[in-house]
Amino acid sequence: MSVVELSRLQFGLTAMYHFLFVPLTLGLSILLAIMESIYVTTGRTIWRDMTRFWGVLFGINFALGVATGLTMEFEFGTNWAYYAHYVGDIFGAPLAIEGLMAFFLEATFIGMFFFGWNKLSRAQHLGATVLMALGTNLSALWILIANGWMQYPVGARFNVATMRMEITDFWAVVFNPVAQAKFVHTVSAGYVTGSMFVLSVSAFYLLRGRYRGLAVRSITVAASFGLASALSVVVLGDESGYMASLNQKMKVAAIEAMWQTQPAPASFTVIGIPNIQTHETDAAIHVPWVMGLIATRSISQPVEGIDNLVSEAELRIKSGMIAYGAMETLRRHPDDATARTAFDAHVNDLGYALLLKRYTPTVTNAGEDQIAAAALDTIPPVLPLFFSFRLMVLLGFYFIVLFGTMFVLASRREVEHYRWLLHVCLWSLPLPWIAAELGWVVAEVGRQPWTIDGVLPTFLSVSSVPAVDVWISIAGFVLFYSVLACVEVFLMVRTIRRGPENEPHPARPGLRAVAAE
Amino acid sequence: MTEYEILRLVWWAVLGVLLIGIAVMDGFDMGSAILLPFVGRTDMERRIVINTVGPVWEGNQVWLILGGGAIFAAWPAIYAVAFSGFYLAMLLLLLSLILRPVGFKYRSKLDGTNWRLAWDVALFLGGLVPALVFGVAFGNVLQGVPFRFDDTMRMTYEGSLFGLFNPFALLCGLVSVAMLTMHGATWLACKTEGAVQMRAQRAALLAALVLAVLFILGGIWAANLDGYVLQSFAGVDAASNPLNKQVGRAAGALMANYQAMPVTVAAPVLGVAGALVTAWLASLGRLRVLAWVSSALAIAGVIATAGVSLFPFLLPSSLDPVSSLMVWDASSSAMTLLVMTIATVIFLPIVLAYTGWVYRVLRGPVTAADIEADPHTSY
Repeated sequence: MSVVELSRLQFGLTAMYHFLFVPLTLGLSILLAIMESIYVTTGRTIWRDMTRFWGVLFGINFALGVATGLTMEFEFGTNWAYYAHYVGDIFGAPLAIEGLMAFFLEATFIGMFFFGWNKLSRAQHLGATVLMALGTNLSALWILIANGWMQYPVGARFNVATMRMEITDFWAVVFNPVAQAKFVHTVSAGYVTGSMFVLSVSAFYLLRGRYRGLAVRSITVAASFGLASALSVVVLGDESGYMASLNQKMKVAAIEAMWQTQPAPASFTVIGIPNIQTHETDAAIHVPWVMGLIATRSISQPVEGIDNLVSEAELRIKSGMIAYGAMETLRRHPDDATARTAFDAHVNDLGYALLLKRYTPTVTNAGEDQIAAAALDTIPPVLPLFFSFRLMVLLGFYFIVLFGTMFVLASRREVEHYRWLLHVCLWSLPLPWIAAELGWVVAEVGRQPWTIDGVLPTFLSVSSVPAVDVWISIAGFVLFYSVLACVEVFLMVRTIRRGPENEPHPARPGLRAVAAE
Repeated sequence: MTEYEILRLVWWAVLGVLLIGIAVMDGFDMGSAILLPFVGRTDMERRIVINTVGPVWEGNQVWLILGGGAIFAAWPAIYAVAFSGFYLAMLLLLLSLILRPVGFKYRSKLDGTNWRLAWDVALFLGGLVPALVFGVAFGNVLQGVPFRFDDTMRMTYEGSLFGLFNPFALLCGLVSVAMLTMHGATWLACKTEGAVQMRAQRAALLAALVLAVLFILGGIWAANLDGYVLQSFAGVDAASNPLNKQVGRAAGALMANYQAMPVTVAAPVLGVAGALVTAWLASLGRLRVLAWVSSALAIAGVIATAGVSLFPFLLPSSLDPVSSLMVWDASSSAMTLLVMTIATVIFLPIVLAYTGWVYRVLRGPVTAADIEADPHTSY
């Protein structure tokens, strides 16, 4: 395997691993703040015990989230050094501001959350919990501003003198519509994960007849918060899709396996088998109009298909070659006015010319067949996108139905009446994680072949390190991460089995629950 | 002075402040972890040591994360070269840093002796390895690092992991270990009582003296090393392109700034004086908070010494001196530096304010009674 493939493998593995812990941290932090608010306003100690119990699980999860987050920050430098130099002027700032504004808040007050119960007043402790939750969510905001810029690089421009992208409009980067949509979509997915975690563990207690008071109340909170979040995740997912259709047309076309442009309004392919050889989708089931409505929010605008977008990419590559040639001239003669005019006219396509570097290092001498091959490279892997997206959406609707049902039952105080539903809740535990990982695949595999959409190809972004070094680091991470995953799951399960500290373990499981009816 | 020149100087200083922040704040956690097997003999003593940093290590670690982020944002070329060039050393650093959070959090969740012993070893390594690697990295930067840029600004590095662990770099690594051990010991002396406190004070005395000796030795050695001399460059506010300059090498060049600007001698003097005052206060066994402060000042002096010796260089190249990165050609654009300055001016005081509040809430020593009162929340 090449250094590019190895680096992508490592980044994918470590990012997906890190993203096992992040959604739960996001969701549980808010749920803890809600539970503790109820404790402080009503003064009923069961809500404090609930906050402390879910807090212990939150802490076990948080430690690994922090530890694996370090890896992410290091990797941009260790494995993607050319990327780091090429876009650090824009990409680094949100990461640094995340540390200053959000992560300090989160990490400082998490210490107070655990160690402050006997040192702070009730209101002060609630304040610490709220600030911790606020820090967690602000942290996601800045990370997604950075990620949003990779998907839709606004407010920046290439500088010939420094051979890198430089910022022109900081506020455009911050208020990037793609970043804002992704932020709400991602934190909502985190809230769904936190709610499902609380729902499943509570369902487990009810099925065992243990800790009924804690479990019933937890289900009420989780079902209502989960329902609101699941609705938000689907609606904002749609917003994300709309934004992508404006800016990342190829990503949308690949997700839909839309090979040819359809007359407006385009139909939506519910399911089928995309054939990457023939550029057809076999055995497809279509729903008329829906795709056009989602992607363009109109019935008159067409949605562009993959084949058309490849032809457009060819034109952009040719335009980029002019920019590249002008750039070479400007580096030798910075005052050449003709080259400057040509460069300014074509600079937005410079990234497309870089796709040619795989075929010809000089770029400007590329032949038609090389241009055609580079244009085909702009198609991301259709199959994983097509299926990941559909499964993710299916899960999204499932969450709405499940949380909706539990919400109705909780408001009628009938949660314990349907044991089979409690089993469903228990076994649904892994689903939000699966949905979140699929979402990551759709967003980041859909960005290929670019690290920065239209600006910098992935294969150019890597560090010049020996492949053997990357093999060593992959082996190190796999070993370390596997051990830590086992330890984490072991501690989680053990803590859940032991249950909250302050509630006495009933001598005969089930009896106390029945007696309390 | 133009705006860009001022911003670059400001971010050179901020880089120093952040590195000092990492060493002072995250450093006492690491020092405490290094000392864990030595000042804590029984399980309860070790739990006391861990719980002195228990509520604050998460916040302290953000200094490290912020340091990484700020270098990425303000000095992207440094970030790219240092992180990819020192690839395997970075992996070592990262894996040992991953041990710390999980070690703190998981160690006391179970009662088994082997379980706790394993995590004690993990925590010790999680303190020692980062301290050593940071110092070794500085030692290499002072000597120059074998990298070069091509004309598309792609960097290639031609060193090896073992090449990093050369004698001078190892000496710097030991300086760093002694420094953080001293700092952790002064912290533990403030936050514990009885036997642990006595051992911590002895460790502080020993580590501070070792630091003073090794730091002076390192200075003498550095004075005889080949350093880098800037012969010509595009200007203090020119676009950040490292290939537009001429750089030569000369013996003793690391000392040039002290001759040109004698006031900068304050940095190494602070390093030595801080260490000696810490040793004296530790031997007194009183004024423990003051000992922690003087230890922090020693750290500031040691790190500032490295910065002043290199200036205007940040990361010289031994392979191709022209590729060396310096304050005037490795920074972000003026706009990014300005945005980052505004963000720092707004948020850093807020961070310092609530961090200060947290330490006030947590004031006073950690005792066995505290841990027994709350055995499950405590680490």
